[in-house]
Amino acid sequence: MNRPLPSACATPATIRERGQHEVFCGLTSIIWLHRKVQDAFFLVVGSRTCAHLIQSAAGVMIFAEPRFATAIMEERDLAGMADMHDELDQVVARLLERRPDIRMLVLVGSCPSEVIKFDLVRAASRLNAQHAPRHRVIAYSGSGIETTFTQGEDNFLAALVEDQKLQTTDRSAAKLVVAGSLADVVEDQFSRIFSELGLPDVVFLPGRHATDGFAIGTETHYVLAQPYLGATAAALESCGAKRIDAIFPLGGEGTTAWLWAVASAFGVARAHFDKVVAQPRKRARQAIAHYRPTLEGSRIFLFPDSQLEPSLARFLHSELGAEIVEVGSPYLHREHVAGELALLPPGVSISEGQDVDIQIDRCRAAEPDLIVCGLGLANPFEAEGRTTKWSIEFAFTPIQGYEQAGDLAELFARPLIRSRLLAGRAAFPEAAQ
Amino acid sequence: MKLSMWTYEGPPHVGAMRIAASMTGVHYVLHAPQGDTYADLLFTMIERRQSRPPVTYTTFQARDLSGSTADIFKAACRDAVARFQPEALLVGASCTAELLQDDPAGLARTLDVPVPVVPLELPSYQKKEHWGAAETFYRLVRAFAGQVARPKDIAANTCNILGPTSLGFRCGDDVTEIMRLLTNEGLDVRVVAPLGASPADLARLPEAAFNIVLYPEIADTAARWLKKQHGMPFVSTVPIGVGATEAFLAEVRDLAGIRPKMAAGEGSSGRDRLTWYARSVDSNYLTNKRVFIFGDATHAIAAARIASEELGFRVCGLGTYMREFARDVREAAEKYGVEPLVSDDHLEIEAAIVAARPELVLGTQMERHIAKRLRVPCAVISAPVHVQDFPARYSPQMGFEGANVIFDNWVHPLMMGLEEHLLQMFRDDFEFNDGASASHLHSHVQAESIDLEETSQPETADERQVWTIDAERELKKVPFFVRGKARRNTELFAESKGIRPITVETLYDAKAHFAR
Repeated sequence: MNRPLPSACATPATIRERGQHEVFCGLTSIIWLHRKVQDAFFLVVGSRTCAHLIQSAAGVMIFAEPRFATAIMEERDLAGMADMHDELDQVVARLLERRPDIRMLVLVGSCPSEVIKFDLVRAASRLNAQHAPRHRVIAYSGSGIETTFTQGEDNFLAALVEDQKLQTTDRSAAKLVVAGSLADVVEDQFSRIFSELGLPDVVFLPGRHATDGFAIGTETHYVLAQPYLGATAAALESCGAKRIDAIFPLGGEGTTAWLWAVASAFGVARAHFDKVVAQPRKRARQAIAHYRPTLEGSRIFLFPDSQLEPSLARFLHSELGAEIVEVGSPYLHREHVAGELALLPPGVSISEGQDVDIQIDRCRAAEPDLIVCGLGLANPFEAEGRTTKWSIEFAFTPIQGYEQAGDLAELFARPLIRSRLLAGRAAFPEAAQ
Repeated sequence: MKLSMWTYEGPPHVGAMRIAASMTGVHYVLHAPQGDTYADLLFTMIERRQSRPPVTYTTFQARDLSGSTADIFKAACRDAVARFQPEALLVGASCTAELLQDDPAGLARTLDVPVPVVPLELPSYQKKEHWGAAETFYRLVRAFAGQVARPKDIAANTCNILGPTSLGFRCGDDVTEIMRLLTNEGLDVRVVAPLGASPADLARLPEAAFNIVLYPEIADTAARWLKKQHGMPFVSTVPIGVGATEAFLAEVRDLAGIRPKMAAGEGSSGRDRLTWYARSVDSNYLTNKRVFIFGDATHAIAAARIASEELGFRVCGLGTYMREFARDVREAAEKYGVEPLVSDDHLEIEAAIVAARPELVLGTQMERHIAKRLRVPCAVISAPVHVQDFPARYSPQMGFEGANVIFDNWVHPLMMGLEEHLLQMFRDDFEFNDGASASHLHSHVQAESIDLEETSQPETADERQVWTIDAERELKKVPFFVRGKARRNTELFAESKGIRPITVETLYDAKAHFAR
């Protein structure tokens, strides 16, 4: 199982590995989704491990009353399947009684529920019949066997789109759908730019309320704000929407390219576009420039985590002058990241999937200046005297758009600055006194 | 199916990981789906461990289910042994792998690896983390101390310390503290396990005269087996608190045949500060403060004893999330005249705290959230805990220094005595008023929260009229941390006497009736 599978069909050459994957499962995306979509409640149908995972990953962020919970399967549930649907109905009834303010209940499938083939989609439609219109119930899978980390969001958004098909709405189809959850502040910034560009009817998916509703038709264009949305893209296309091909809005140049792809699809004149983005573009360049001296020439190794890695590597290379050693991604949706990969210099190793021990060997041998990796690896690498940037932060921090370009650069620069600061103290103990 | 917002314990394989991560020379191959590696960051982040835990996961995915996941498992075992060269290999399944029924135990027998393999059967849909840890430790002890013969001549003062683990609450410092006390008494500690022990160390367990079980939830099973197999007696008094530490040392001395260095009665003088601090007049105001205690059985029972016998609090609630130790907690609860609470349903615990109206909550990370919501002072006494309870400084809970740490930690969240007096005398100060928390803890910005008093407010307008407006106003003059109690006592009193409505007079009649 530890043998890398060389693959000839992918360009550039990709290392494809099958071994231990040191990644989160899709359930983890509930942590940001439950804050983003404010009238939704996420109920995982799974085991104690699932419950433990979410609360450990959410750490101190958990509130005494979070908008997620786990229906923990027990021995007797596994004995007979018919029983389980009744059990779930009872759990849902208890939950909705406690939280009558919930408008959308999201059943989230896990590894155990999928292995025993517990049909949550059917359960959702049955519960919908019971609780609609007060509470809408949908289902998606966030299991580790099916999804890696951010792919949980992908399945959720795809389920939202599918659900929307079933709803009758008198709205006219949106002109533009921006898919992928963004920090509220980023969403507002993009909204302002879109309206200055003269683009009305923009729908952000997910919206801040699951019950807001939207309509998609053959005149709808959609653009991905996140690179991990394969299933969502397919769902949107099945409604007739057309994809606007773009790289992702990370960094000043990434954001410009992304916005221009949208603007040109709607026939906005280049001169007008340049006028609208001139000032924010200048601000992004200025903010990034603060960190360029720290990162220029640094050799960076990215472990797979969120599928954001190709975009981050492109930003690091083209706007900060860093040298990329290896870009790992849990999954490569080639069509969606083609633009990003094309902007990476030749010779960069791209890896899909993982065999963590072998990848660690490669990383140690390469002696990079900065390792972008998950929290299970970060401290052990630091203890070896290497510098790391923990990657989960990219999913939890506003990093897209012009105004965040400097912050994104700072996320990479901070550990390097810090290790220099602390190294200085150790070298000159008298200075600390 | 059980609705769960919070879990007090992880699944049993996390317990097994804790044992593997505590020891040296042990590697654990866990048959588990992609994503279960989240457990690594309990060790690398919460405990700030400097190396990856010694666990290899098979991380199978959906596409593997059509092929042979058993082969993936076997390959992972061989690779792990080749790469990490452990002295022993633990093999087991997580909850999803349990459903696949690949049977790691059966497969392990067919493995051609050159090290001893200890298979684990951990029923994930019945049992939890601590059970998993105890079972794993027992299996390892059985595997390595089972075949060895007990030496004939064993010095009476030799002992082992069993129970401390990785991710345990203050385990590392507890071991340091207890080792120091035991060495000082003239004891010879041979093996500490599982924390820091290797399989070879486990094989040396029968060479000591007796065992000391510091954490029964981890080591009780193994200690009982060692008693049965090798006739080794064990001490299971947990030395948390001054009284418990003295009892523990007396018991250990008894077993080791050592005479106390000091005469009875003067044993503790000067060895801890808690005794004097709790006696000093500054601590007078702590008398009969109502405290609600919840946690693992060991820490909860120890806390109740310290609270009532050493600090002079009144225990108004006692509970545990560990069903395995329910009997011990019930016995203790009876001693303090409270209803024992044995539950792992955090909503139930919240309801019990609201009903008990404590002035201080001693609990886990979860009770910290509940207390924050209810605006009741709180200190953490038990796992589950988060990163702040793996402190850099020396902070044991056991032994005499542990008692010092406990005095500071438990008193800290309470309002200081003078502050409490001034609040009672002058209620309307603009910055130092009723709603403000203890001034050393928070900023003056008032957090939005649920007042204990609010939660007890009558539901219908009709019931509301039970209190006259004057009586309501008078009630507001009672300091906030005992106001909920005063309201309930007055209502109970009025009901028993058939008084309606409640007047200022009734309020004071009730106060006199319930005077403590």
